[in-house]
Amino acid sequence: MYHTPAWETVMGLEVHVELSTKTKIFCGCTTAFGGEPNTHCCPICIGMPGVLPSLNKAVVEYATKAGLALNCEITRYNKFDRKNYFYPDLPKAYQISQLYLPICRNGGVEIEAEGGGRKVIGIHEIHMEEDAGKLVHDPATNATMVDYNRCGVPLIEIVSEPDFRSANEVIRYLEKLKAILQYIGVSDCKMQEGSLRADINLSVRPAGSEAFGTRTEMKNMNSFKAIGRAIAGESARQIHLLEHGGAVTQETRRWDDDKNESFAMRSKEDAQDYKYFPEPDLIPIEISEEVIEQTRRSLPELPEAKRRRYVSELGLSEYDAEQITASKVLVALFEQNLAAGCPAKELANWIMGEVMHLLSESGKEPEDIPFDYGSLGALIGMVEKNEITRSTAKKVFKAVFEENCDPVEYVEQHNLKTVTDTGAVKTVIEEVIAANQKSVEEYKSGKEKALQYLIGQSMRALRGKADPQTVTAILKELLG
Amino acid sequence: MMITDELVTYLEALGRIRLPEESRAKAQRDLQEILQYIDTLSELDTEGIEPLSHALPLTNVMREDEVQPSIPPEEVLANAPVRKDNYFLVPRSFE
Repeated sequence: MYHTPAWETVMGLEVHVELSTKTKIFCGCTTAFGGEPNTHCCPICIGMPGVLPSLNKAVVEYATKAGLALNCEITRYNKFDRKNYFYPDLPKAYQISQLYLPICRNGGVEIEAEGGGRKVIGIHEIHMEEDAGKLVHDPATNATMVDYNRCGVPLIEIVSEPDFRSANEVIRYLEKLKAILQYIGVSDCKMQEGSLRADINLSVRPAGSEAFGTRTEMKNMNSFKAIGRAIAGESARQIHLLEHGGAVTQETRRWDDDKNESFAMRSKEDAQDYKYFPEPDLIPIEISEEVIEQTRRSLPELPEAKRRRYVSELGLSEYDAEQITASKVLVALFEQNLAAGCPAKELANWIMGEVMHLLSESGKEPEDIPFDYGSLGALIGMVEKNEITRSTAKKVFKAVFEENCDPVEYVEQHNLKTVTDTGAVKTVIEEVIAANQKSVEEYKSGKEKALQYLIGQSMRALRGKADPQTVTAILKELLG
Repeated sequence: MMITDELVTYLEALGRIRLPEESRAKAQRDLQEILQYIDTLSELDTEGIEPLSHALPLTNVMREDEVQPSIPPEEVLANAPVRKDNYFLVPRSFE
């Protein structure tokens, strides 16, 4: 019988995160995103001969914070090393990084495992380094344009253990990482601006096997969707190779999301040899036990602890708690309205429902929430007090989302309050009946559909200001 | 370690340089001598001694995270052999 072996995909991640310090890692130039090309530069970050790097204190503080939040050991005595390679994005022809004594080691992040339960993704190490410049292809000259504004922006590289077995696990880990780093305020983690970029090391092996297969590396993935597709595509490519008597070559590949295919970037002959050596221009870093303890105490409540508290104390579902705590912004939206007295579950339903819906519809991230957080609570408050119907609230929320208007004012201005005076509702319905005698006759002769039509007409005349149950009851009463 | 002719070729590739044919043999000999000289260090017993990463007895030399003015792009690009607007222009470096 023909039998296809089941394959297991094994992955490890290298995640580069730009730290949100005000200045670059080794000079006082701003780290602001964008800016006219080559305007955030100085002799240090463009690698002029004879200049010396000067380490930004905040980089060490942020990296320490990140390490502690990711359950790492902090390397009390750490230092920088020089990684040598020629590429136009690197004006010094070397990158200052950490190889031998990285600032953090042996950490872990808990995620929801594929197939249920929770699992810890090990963090091998975190090191500090400088970002490179930006290369832009210029079709007019068929040459490459270089902008060094980003050159020298501080990065931490978070290297995981090969603990991932599915694309979902990778994405959950990245979401968790993003949430944690945003909570502790060390990075904005905006993937679209490149402040969080992931390299994926991927290999496949027959299910049940302990040995690792030959891996490939896919560079600079910068959206969750692209990551999902890249993992599926690369796993399939390797499995196909192995099932057809081929072998996987260890190489760096570039995922082309438009073509839905990966391409080899460097040929094997072009071996990498970074000739690392200790950075002679920088003094080692010593982090005392006191500083570590102080930093640990300064950390806010982290997503994992929040998630548990939302479930146990506020009664949220596991799923809702996980989704909300995955974003610092959603947590702020949730907690601010909770503090203002909004019921937790109702609030969670709105965030998971309308807020997420409109965000995804408009292609926005939670970070781009365009309305005042308090507006959501005010809206829910009006529903709770029966001032507006649920369907009206959804319409109002759309306006709040699109125009950042005040929901209370909007309801006033558009006269959307629920009509609680049944007399007034009755008057409107009587008019509808008078204007639709044909449907009334049909209903009386037993056509249920006609009633639906009359309800619809009445709701329209009332412009959603009365709930359908009341309208139905009054209609039936009036029609006898 | 032996400095072979292949190794010289490899070092040329890493350094993005090409040695003139007549200096290859000399380069090979010089590199071999440098390595031999450094090898004299191996005669010392360094068992249990922490590698020294810096000659100065200093740690934690750092600056505050305060923005300093950058230099004007005209100065940044002053030595650029080729430029386009305010970008450096270099040979195509994408695959």
